[in-house]
Amino acid sequence: MTVRIRVIPCLDVADGRVVKGVNFVDLKDAGDPVEQAQAYDAAGADELCFLDISASHEGRGTLLDMVRRTAKVCFMPLTVGGGVRTVEDARELLLAGADKVAVNSAAVSRPEVVADIAEKMGSQCIVASVDARRVGEGRWEIFTHGGRRETGIDALAHARRLADLGAGELLVTSMDGDGTKAGYDLELTRAIADSVSVPVIASGGVGTLDHLVEGVTEGHASAVLAASIFHFGQHTIAEAHDALRRAGLPARGV
Amino acid sequence: VAEALALIDYGAGNLHSVYNALMAAGAHHVTVTAEPGIVRGAQRIVLPGVGSYKACMEGLSAPDGLIEALEERVLDDGVPFLGICVGMQLLATRGVEHGITEGLDWIPGEVKPIERTDPAIKVPHMGWNDVLQARHHDGSELIEEGEAYFLHSYHFQPDDGHHVAAMTDHGGGLVAAVARDNMLGVQFHPEKSQGYGLALLERFLDWKPS
Repeated sequence: MTVRIRVIPCLDVADGRVVKGVNFVDLKDAGDPVEQAQAYDAAGADELCFLDISASHEGRGTLLDMVRRTAKVCFMPLTVGGGVRTVEDARELLLAGADKVAVNSAAVSRPEVVADIAEKMGSQCIVASVDARRVGEGRWEIFTHGGRRETGIDALAHARRLADLGAGELLVTSMDGDGTKAGYDLELTRAIADSVSVPVIASGGVGTLDHLVEGVTEGHASAVLAASIFHFGQHTIAEAHDALRRAGLPARGV
Repeated sequence: VAEALALIDYGAGNLHSVYNALMAAGAHHVTVTAEPGIVRGAQRIVLPGVGSYKACMEGLSAPDGLIEALEERVLDDGVPFLGICVGMQLLATRGVEHGITEGLDWIPGEVKPIERTDPAIKVPHMGWNDVLQARHHDGSELIEEGEAYFLHSYHFQPDDGHHVAAMTDHGGGLVAAVARDNMLGVQFHPEKSQGYGLALLERFLDWKPS
């Protein structure tokens, strides 16, 4: 077989707590990110993503402590995003135990930060976010601030630039699809995946297992990220792997 | 008396993950160090590494006498050694990432870019993939077949096929592990490979190379 399609649950955290409650059985504290990370580790998630949405700067120390505690007990790759603006921000997270950092708004306002991090810490640790909205037939633009603010930047050109600057992979989120459970924007995902040499993670809008499969078969993604379908017990990681395998795709857990 | 394991600290980013995984695998006395004196007293040595070949080799060369102490302990005294990711690639004669960088040359060979034989083949090679045992040799008892997490854009091609302990497949065969006498190098990340990786580290901690 070849490299497996990665199934990546993503947890939103703020001030060291999981924001959207997770409905796992047997959790002592459903708001504790470390306990949830361990549950996903045991469930065979291929990677885990923490997205820090803390508004305050004080949240930083709490986040680092949370990453440190997670890295002690979880033995799968951990990506941490949110508020990474400088090489120093990235270094702190990596030293705390993150394997990769996701660069979000800084990748729009100052894309060179991606090159800075790549040069100092290696491309393998940078996940560059591409948050896009459809603005016309086959045209997408980059939006910031949770999809509310337009930038006028063409999403495909931006994605190629981030890859050229040294991003190890791209996290492509359809801001139109996020939270809708209507599935990924497959056209957007495919347009980007086919124009860069690095892996693409599809994100935004997953409501069913079929959506995960389509992200790969039609979106050409190398990894699929989802939140609520896993958090609320609708599906397990094993079911996601099974669905991928049934579609003839390589997935773990045979 | 707990056995002393030296985890070499030369600025590689995954040091703490490797430390955590070694402890979870049952190591008792892990010293994170770049001190030649401590390396000389170690009964087991682990060399981690992520990032660029050149930066890693420069980092390893920076502390005075560190490479000499490693060579004395690993090549002369034969203590069990594990190299992980770029820590495995450093065993090669040279790497060709960002210009030619001389490696440790403990296992002759070169570290070259992964070629994209097909546009669908993504580089970095990132994610879980097979570890397939290559053949019998000193290190093979540590390598069991399974799935492990890989993350690399360059790959190690040993000159002597006998030094290949395991293979994986990403648009063609890539070396997943190298071994020679008391040395094992793995391209994948055991510290990020859940049960499979922790079990490998446990076997390494018990390893008594003949």
